[in-house]
Amino acid sequence: MSSDSILELQEIILELGGRRILDCLSMAFWPGHVHAVVGPNGAGKSTLASMIMGLGDYRAHGGDVRFEDRSIKELSIDQRARLGIALAWQEPARYEGLTVRRFVGAGAADATEAALRRRLEQVALDPDRYLDRAVDRTLSGGERKRIELASILAQEPRLVMMDEPDSGIDVEALGRIFDAIRLLREEGVTVLLITHSQTVLEQADHAFLICCGRMVAKGSVAKIKEFYGERCLPCDHQNAPREDCNGER
Amino acid sequence: MESAELIRRLYESIGEACVTSPDIAHVEIHGNRVVGRHLVPGLKVEAEEAEDGVSAHIRVTRGTQIAEPVRICFGILPEQGIQRVRIRTDLEEGARAAVMASCTFPNAVDVLHEMEAETNIGPGAEYVYLERHVHSPAGGLRVVPHARIDLAEGARFRTDFELLKGRVGQMEIRYRATVAAGAVLEMSARVSGRGDDRIAIEEQADLVGERARAVLTTNIAVREKARAEVKNVLRAKAAYARGHIDCKEIVREQGYAEAIPVVEVEHPQAHVTHEAAIGSVDAKQLETLMARGLDEEAATDLIIEGLLSPTHPSST
Repeated sequence: MSSDSILELQEIILELGGRRILDCLSMAFWPGHVHAVVGPNGAGKSTLASMIMGLGDYRAHGGDVRFEDRSIKELSIDQRARLGIALAWQEPARYEGLTVRRFVGAGAADATEAALRRRLEQVALDPDRYLDRAVDRTLSGGERKRIELASILAQEPRLVMMDEPDSGIDVEALGRIFDAIRLLREEGVTVLLITHSQTVLEQADHAFLICCGRMVAKGSVAKIKEFYGERCLPCDHQNAPREDCNGER
Repeated sequence: MESAELIRRLYESIGEACVTSPDIAHVEIHGNRVVGRHLVPGLKVEAEEAEDGVSAHIRVTRGTQIAEPVRICFGILPEQGIQRVRIRTDLEEGARAAVMASCTFPNAVDVLHEMEAETNIGPGAEYVYLERHVHSPAGGLRVVPHARIDLAEGARFRTDFELLKGRVGQMEIRYRATVAAGAVLEMSARVSGRGDDRIAIEEQADLVGERARAVLTTNIAVREKARAEVKNVLRAKAAYARGHIDCKEIVREQGYAEAIPVVEVEHPQAHVTHEAAIGSVDAKQLETLMARGLDEEAATDLIIEGLLSPTHPSST
C-alpha cells in the first residue's frame, strides 16, 4: 500500500461471462496528477473504470479497491460518487426531456444559477443557449461530452475518470476537454484518462499500459509511448500478453 | 357559489390567477355551468348548459389569427360530481389558434369527467390544443376524453395531454384523427400513474392524403399497482404519407404497462415507423446519475421527470 496514493487497486480480479477481464491488476494513482491507462482494444481499460465506479456487473471478484485508504469495494455507485469519484462515459447517456440545468444541477455541490452557468462556461458552452435544452439526441456527441464534463466539475470530485475522452468528437471539442483536464489538475483533482490515443496520452503525467487485463508497463508518458509503439502496435498476440510483456505484473 | 368565486377557485386549484387581460380569450366551466367567458374578435363560442354538463361550439372564423392562447378551464371543485362536455371546434380556412385547457378536479373522491370532442381544422389552418390536468391526491376520478379530429389539406394540429398534479384515477383517452394531403398531426400524452390508477390510451391517425404526416408520442410511468395500456394506430393510405409512433413506458414496483403499436401501410410510397420501449429505467441513464451521487430512487425520479417533461422535443 502506498500511503501517498488517492486510489489503489490491489490484485484486482474481475470476470465477465466466465472470462477473466482484469487479471490480478495492481495500480496506485497519486493525488493531483493526471494518469493515463492505455492499451489495445479489449485490454480491459473501460472495465477498469467501470469497476472503480462500481457499475452493474463490474464488481471485482478478488482483490481490493481502496480510495483514500479505505476499501470501497462493497460501496454502491452513489456512495462512491459521494466520496468524490466521478466517471465520464465514452458515450454519455441521453435523457429525453431532462434539461441541462437539471442534469448538471443533479449532483452539484453548488446548484445555484450562477454556479451552473460557470460550470458550462468552463467547458466553453454558452449557458444562455444550453441551460434549458434537453440532454437528448438534439445535442451532438461533443456537446454531450462537454455537458457531462460540466456536471462532473459541478460535482467537485476528487478523482475523475474519463473513458476515451476523444471518442466521437471533433478537434475543437477535444481542445475544450483538454482545457477542462488542465482545470481539474490546477484544482488538485486526480484524473484518470482511459485511452488508446497518443494525443490524449500526452495530457498525462504518468501512464499504465495494460493488455488482456494485466499490467505490462508503467512509467512516464514517453516510456509508455515508446513501449506501445515498439511492442503493442506490431503485436499479433491477441489473447494474452506475450511472455516478455509480463514484467510489471 | 358566485361565478367570480368559482372562477377564482378553479384557477387557484391549478396554481394560477384569473385571466384579466382583455387580449386573452377565456372560458370557464364548472360542472354544468359556464361561469365565465371573454372572447376576442374572430372567436365565437356558443354554449348550452345541460343537466350533467355543457355542450359548446367553438369557432375561429376564416383567416383569423388569435395571438394569445385561449384559456379554457373545466372542472368540478366538490368531492363528487359528473361533468359531461360535448365540444365542437371549427377552425375555418387559414385560421390559427392555440388553446390552453386546464381540467381541474382537486378534491375528487367520486367524479366523472367525460369529454366528447369533434375538431375540424380547415384547409391551411393551424391549431394547438394543450390539455393540463390537476387531479385530487385520492385518485377518485374517472376521466374519459374522446376526440375525433379532422385535418383538411395543409392543416396543422398539435395536441399534448399532461397530468400536472394528483393521481390519475381511471383515465380512458381515445383520439382518432384523419389527416388530409399535406396536413401535419402531432399527438402526445404524458402521464404518471401510481396506487391503483388505470391508464388506457388509444390514439389513431389515418393518413389519407398525399404527404400527410403524423407523430404519435406516449410517455408513461407507472409504479405501485398502477396499470397502463397504450394502443397507437397509424394507417398510411396515400403516396409520401409519413408517420411515426413513439411509446415509452417506465415500470416500477408492481406496475404494469402494455403497448400495442399498430402500423398499416396501404400505399407503396408511404412510410411508417414505430418505436416502443417498456420496462425499468435505462441502466446507463441510471448509473450516470448515480455516479453524480444520487441514490437509485432520486435518479429514477429524475429520469421520469424528464420523460414526462413538456420540454421533450416531440411535445414542444
